[in-house]
Amino acid sequence: MIGTLTLDGLKIRLGNRTLVDLTIDIHAGEVTTIMGPSGSGKSTALAAITGTLAPDFSAEGRILLDGKDISDLPTRARRIGLLFQDPVLFPHMTVGGNLAFALPPNSGTRAARHERVATALAQAGLDGLALRDPETLSGGQKARVALLRTLLAEPRALLLDEPFSRLDANLRAQMRRFTFDRARKAGIPTLLVTHDIEDARAAGGPVLDALGQSLPDAGS
Amino acid sequence: MTGWQSAGLLRLAPPLTLGLMAIPVVAGLSGTAIPALRGGGAALGKLLDWPGLPRAVALSLGTGVASTLLAVALTFLILAAFIGTPRFTRIRRTLAPLLSVPHAAAALGLAFLLAPSGWIARVVSPEITGWTSPPNLLILNDPFGLSLTIGLVAKELPFLLLMALAALPQIDAQRRLTTAATLGYGRIAAFAFTVAPALYRQLRLPVYAVLAYGMTTVDMALILGPTLPPTLSAQITLWMAEASLSMRDTAAAGAMLQFALVLAALAFWRGLEIGAHRAVIATAELSLRATLLDRPAALLAGGASLLITGGLALGLAGLCLWSIAGLWQFPDALPETLTLKTWMTAGPSLTATAAVSLLIAATATLVALVLTLACLQAEATYRLTPGTRALTLLYLPLIVPQIVFLPGLQSLALPLGIDGTPLAVAAAHLVFVLPYVFLSLSGPFRAWDPRIGTTAATCGASDARIFWQLRLPMLTGPILTATAVGLAVSLGQYLPTLLIGGGRIETLTTEAVALSAGGNRRLIGAYAVLQLLLPALAFAAALLVPAILWRNRRGMRVAA
Repeated sequence: MIGTLTLDGLKIRLGNRTLVDLTIDIHAGEVTTIMGPSGSGKSTALAAITGTLAPDFSAEGRILLDGKDISDLPTRARRIGLLFQDPVLFPHMTVGGNLAFALPPNSGTRAARHERVATALAQAGLDGLALRDPETLSGGQKARVALLRTLLAEPRALLLDEPFSRLDANLRAQMRRFTFDRARKAGIPTLLVTHDIEDARAAGGPVLDALGQSLPDAGS
Repeated sequence: MTGWQSAGLLRLAPPLTLGLMAIPVVAGLSGTAIPALRGGGAALGKLLDWPGLPRAVALSLGTGVASTLLAVALTFLILAAFIGTPRFTRIRRTLAPLLSVPHAAAALGLAFLLAPSGWIARVVSPEITGWTSPPNLLILNDPFGLSLTIGLVAKELPFLLLMALAALPQIDAQRRLTTAATLGYGRIAAFAFTVAPALYRQLRLPVYAVLAYGMTTVDMALILGPTLPPTLSAQITLWMAEASLSMRDTAAAGAMLQFALVLAALAFWRGLEIGAHRAVIATAELSLRATLLDRPAALLAGGASLLITGGLALGLAGLCLWSIAGLWQFPDALPETLTLKTWMTAGPSLTATAAVSLLIAATATLVALVLTLACLQAEATYRLTPGTRALTLLYLPLIVPQIVFLPGLQSLALPLGIDGTPLAVAAAHLVFVLPYVFLSLSGPFRAWDPRIGTTAATCGASDARIFWQLRLPMLTGPILTATAVGLAVSLGQYLPTLLIGGGRIETLTTEAVALSAGGNRRLIGAYAVLQLLLPALAFAAALLVPAILWRNRRGMRVAA
C-alpha cells in the first residue's frame, strides 16, 4: 500500500446529518475528485484528513497513508499537503522565506536550503523572485508559490480545496495543468474537491460526491 | 510555548490569569469588610455622624449616573449621525490619542481651562467680562459637581466609542443600516431601531465599568470635584491618609457604603436599560422614519464631539504652555515670556519620578502581555471557548471600584511588609492593566487567519514554530498597541499607587494630583506634560514600528 491514501469508512456528522461518507483508495500519481455544491461537506472531508476538523463535527472511520493509520496524529505529523482556494502566503515573509519555511528541518546548511528554494522557483518559471514581497506577485505567481511551498515540505499525499476557483478563466487552465503535472511528478496520491466540472475533467481520475456516490458522467 | 513539555503550563494560563484578577478583588473586599464591621458598628456610627455624608452620597450618585448617561447618549448620537461618513473616519483617528490621556492629566487640563483664572477667562478678559483679576466664582470644584461631570464625560466618551467600534462589525451594523435606509428611514431612526439594541448588549460591561468608575473616581474628584464636602470616594481617600487607625475603620465603613451605592446604581441602571429597550422596540413598530431628526442630530453630535476634543486638546495645550511660561499675569491671554526654568529646576525630580513610573508600568505591562498571549494561545491550541463568566471576571477589577477593595488590599499587604515597594505597586497595577491589554489584543489575535496555521501545520510546523514564526510576528502591530495601552493604564493609576505604595512611591500621576492642591501651575504643567508624553510616545511607537518593519510587505499593511 506504499503511496496510497485510504479513506476507510470515513463518516462525518453534524448533529444527525451525515455530511461525508467515503471509502476510497487513491494511488500514487492519481487524482480523485470529490464534487458537489458548496455546503455539501467537501471541505469538511479535507479538514478530517488534515486533522483540523472543528469540534462540532463527529468523525468515525480510519484514514490510512501508506497503509499506516494516521487518524490520531496531529496535523504536523501527518505529512499531508493542503492547498486552499487562496494562496495563503505568509504576508510578513519574502517569497523565498515562505518556501524555506516548508523545507523539512534536516535540509542541510543555509546555503543548501537557499539553493533548493532557488531551484524550485526557477523550475516553476519564477526565477529571481525569492526576495520579493509575496503581495507584489500576480495571482498566477502566488498560486504557483503556494503549490511549491506545499510540495517542498515533501508531503506523502496532496489535498486541493478548490484551488482554481479564485483564478481568472484564462489562468485557470494553465494552473490546472501545472498543478496536476506537479502532483503526478511527485508521485503522490491527490484528492481534489471542487464544484467546477472542468476541474474534475482535467484531473482525469475517479469522481465522487461527498457521500461516496460515483459520478461517472463528470469524468468523461 | 517552547514545545510539548510546556503544554501543560500553557493550559494553566487562563485559570491563573483569571485568578490573578479575581483574587485581589475578593481578598481586598473582605479586607475592607472586616475593619468596617469591627467593634460592633463603631466605624459605621462614626461614618453616619459625619455631617457631610448625605451630600457626599448624593454627589457620588449624581456625578456618576449623570456622566454615564451623557457619555452613553453622546456615544450613540455620534455613531448614529456619522457612521459611514468621512467625518467618522476623522473622529475615529482622534480616539486613540484621547484615550491615552491619563485621567489626572485630562482633569488638570480642564481645570486650567475652566478655572476663574483659567485660559478661557483670560482670553475673554478684560474685553468682554471686564475682569482685571480672577473673579471669585466657584466654576471649578463647584458644589454640584458639574465640572467633575464634564471631565468624566470627556474622558469616558472616547472609551465607549472605541468599545462600540469594536462591537459594530460583530452585529453587521452597516447592512442593517443600509436595509433600513432603503426602507426610507432617516439615519437616526435607522440606527436607533436596527443597531442600537444589539450594540448596547455588546457595550453593557464597558458601560457598567464607566458607571462604577464615574461614581468612585478619586483623582478626577480631587482635581475637579467639590471640596466641602467632596465626593464619598475622595473623602474615603482623605480618611485613609490620616495617621489614626480609627479613621481607617471609618474609611473602610465608607468604602462598604460606596460599594452598596455602586450596586444600587447598577441595579437602577439595569432597570433603565430594560425600560429603554422596551421603549425602542415599541417605538420601532410605529414605523417612524424621522428623517427630520437627522440634521439637528448631526449638528448636536458634531458640536458635542468638537467641544470635547477641542476642550481636551486646549486643556492639554494649556498644561504644556504653563510648563514653559515665564511671567503670565491675569488677564493676559498668553504668557509674556517663555522659559525652560521650570524644567531645569525640577529636572532631577521629574526624571526620577518618570523613571519610577516607567519601571512600574513596564513591569506590569510585560507580565500582562505574557499572560494575555499565553491565555489566547491556550484558547487557540485547546479550542477553548471563553464563556460570558470568564468575560465578567475579566471586567471584575474594572467594575468593582478601586476605592472599595484597595483599602482592604492595603491592610492585607501591611502585615506582609510588601507595601511601599515598586514591585507591590506594579502587582497592584497588573490587576487593572491586564483587562485592558487583554481587551486590546484578543480581537486581533482571534481574527488571525486560521488557514495560515493550518497551511504551516500541513508543512510539518509545530505549534510552537507557528506561534513564534508566524502568529507573533504577524501580530507585531496589535502587540505594540496593547503594550501602549498597558503602559498608559499603568501610568494613569492614582489610587493603587497611593494606597499600595503607602505614600512612599511617587509616580507622575500621584505627584501631579498632590501638586494640584497647591498653586504652582508651572510645576503641575511639567508633571502633567510628562504624564501625557510617555503614553503618547508608546502609541507613536506602536504606529511607527510596524510601518517601518513592514515597509516592503504590502500584505501586512492591511492587517496592521
